[in-house]
Amino acid sequence: MPEGSLCNKKPVDTAEGVTTLLADKSGKTYYEEMKSLDVDSDLLWKTIQNTCKSRMRTWLEICAHCGMCADSCFLYLANKKDPKQVPAYKIQSTLGEIIKKKGKVDNAFMLHAMEVAWAQCTCCNRCGTYCPHGIDTGIMFGYLRGLLYQQGFTPWEMKIGAGMHRVYNAQMDISSEDYIDTFEWMIEENEDEWPGLAVEVDKKNADIMYTVNAREAKHYPEDLAEAAILFHVAGENWTIPARGWEQSSLAMFAGDWAACKMQVDCVYDAMERLEPKRMVGTECGHAHRATVVEGPYWAGRKSGRPPVESIHYIEWLAEALRTGKLKIDPAKRIKEPVTLQDSCNYVRNHGLKKIAREIISYIVEPGYFIEMCPNKEHNFCCGGGGGFNGIGYFRKQRNVGLKIKRDQIIATGAKLVIAPCHNCWDAIRDLEEEFDIGIKWSFLKPLIVKMLIVPDHLKPKEEDE
Amino acid sequence: MHALLTGPFFYGSFGICVIGMIVRFYQYFNGLSWQLDRVAYKQYPAMGFRGAVRSIYKWLIPYGTYGWRSQPVMTAAFFGFHIAVVCLPLFLLGHNVFLKEKFGFSLFTITTPVADFLTWMALVSLAFLILRRLILPEVRIMTDKKDWGVLILSLAPLVTGLLTRYQIGDYLFWLNAHILTGELVLVAIPFTKLSHVFLFFASRAQLGMDFGIKRGGLKGSKMAW
Ligand code: SF4
Ligand code: SF4
Ligand code: SF4
Repeated sequence: MPEGSLCNKKPVDTAEGVTTLLADKSGKTYYEEMKSLDVDSDLLWKTIQNTCKSRMRTWLEICAHCGMCADSCFLYLANKKDPKQVPAYKIQSTLGEIIKKKGKVDNAFMLHAMEVAWAQCTCCNRCGTYCPHGIDTGIMFGYLRGLLYQQGFTPWEMKIGAGMHRVYNAQMDISSEDYIDTFEWMIEENEDEWPGLAVEVDKKNADIMYTVNAREAKHYPEDLAEAAILFHVAGENWTIPARGWEQSSLAMFAGDWAACKMQVDCVYDAMERLEPKRMVGTECGHAHRATVVEGPYWAGRKSGRPPVESIHYIEWLAEALRTGKLKIDPAKRIKEPVTLQDSCNYVRNHGLKKIAREIISYIVEPGYFIEMCPNKEHNFCCGGGGGFNGIGYFRKQRNVGLKIKRDQIIATGAKLVIAPCHNCWDAIRDLEEEFDIGIKWSFLKPLIVKMLIVPDHLKPKEEDE
Repeated sequence: MHALLTGPFFYGSFGICVIGMIVRFYQYFNGLSWQLDRVAYKQYPAMGFRGAVRSIYKWLIPYGTYGWRSQPVMTAAFFGFHIAVVCLPLFLLGHNVFLKEKFGFSLFTITTPVADFLTWMALVSLAFLILRRLILPEVRIMTDKKDWGVLILSLAPLVTGLLTRYQIGDYLFWLNAHILTGELVLVAIPFTKLSHVFLFFASRAQLGMDFGIKRGGLKGSKMAW
């Protein structure tokens, strides 16, 4: 059977398609069908010829097979230094082989390549900074994912995720109405405590257009409330777009470049429609990477920039704390050992290390903050990046991958891990579940809301006045 | 034989090497694509240039990067070998006498004891690199015939050079062998992994531009190579 009914080369782009895929519990049939999915070698080779240019070809060619990148990969370390986990080996034995064979590879090879691409690399790009030749294996894995996706060899959740973006312009089945309803519901819930709390949808020329990760609307609506509260207290002129509110991109993890473009186009449209001064995105690493760092290129923007200045939540937060728009009550600062998870996606890959530490300096009592080792650009991936967290088929491998972060956290002695990234947050929650090391983990928003000095005029009025 | 090696063979191999390098350099930079690589190379030339230079020079300094510092012994061997194989062919007295004769100019030269030291340093370092390749599982798993080919190819001029230097056996034979293997290396440079002698700069420059322009450079954060 060349093309399955669920597992095939066609991306899902209808609501029914997504529902049918979802109904196949854990992708049982999907993965069964994948075992007999044909490889379209001509298409594969043609795509490579058109898209694999000098940068990657040279990387593959000049790799000295020196193994200097081995220790830089957390998955190599987590898997007891299994030589099969050396970054250069992983990419040479997959993408390298496909190119050597001019695309003439079989089903078994592709199944294996899929496992390597999604379960042996999180595209954290750490190895790229440890290779003397500047060979960034993470980038090549991103590329390989695209090739595999085109051939239908992609994990079940990735196909669904990319499909969601195609259908809903969001990583989950949430319509614009659902999103706005949820946001407004959260405002109502908190109005009593925060008089005047409001959200305006589609306001033009606001100072800030706020974008989120769809899971906030679906599973963690309090995150939306906290964002609203912080903007409210800071006195910001902000808005949310009715369309183009989703910043995250499972399509990027899936390697569905067309869906990536659709997704960011939708956000950039909102920017062009509402003309805000800036866009602020939520506390998510890959969402920032997708919409701010990589997105402009998918959208074909020569400047490499989104239509309006776009910043990560921690950049806005640091600025609000620095300028005094938000004030922290010194008595409420964190007074227990605390550490910070640097997200690869905006620290290693977008240089926000100082900003993250500036926030720490405002909210942690001096002496209580302990850096992980290594940290900043050299920090290890949380263990669940690049979609790894979400793939049931590779759960075992993911849990092994969590060990490095577990040991890093234990070594700090911290009781609280601040993780301003959805994926990192998930991975750290899962590692606590899996290994029970007795830590708490948190985004920044809930911590800050609890520490604020609230100006009198924003406090609820006394009952009998 | 000697006349052939020092005449047409020399000019030929030298020409192939230089032209090959130029062509491949051109192909490399011509093949960079802002949209496929997702780096707006042309939009931010100053930041790109700064990133490229930084990424190259940091890695040229022994222990100048986290990567180098994380593997001190390997780094010593690596630089031991590379410093020698860059300096020896360029600055050896004999080579410069030859150069003067062929092209009418010569470069700075090193004294014989220095040259001996460099050669032995290169050999010891190379021996270490070979041992490493044989022993460490993370290196062994990737090592293929081409890697050995390149190692043997770079070893050959060193060994023949030493035999000539100490005049062991037939001097003229070893001298010719030395010249021939040296010329083989020249010819091999553009077509094999030895292309890294110049593509290293291209590849490092690219990643430097990538970080300088896109991944944090414009946020004022230098990549900590
Ligand atoms: S990717 Fe770089 S560090 Fe890794 S083996 Fe190749 S050349 Fe060495
Ligand atoms: S990008 Fe990260 S996970 Fe992937 S091979 Fe490199 S270090 Fe390992
Ligand atoms: S989840 Fe966080 S740490 Fe892991 S790859 Fe993504 S950003 Fe990096």
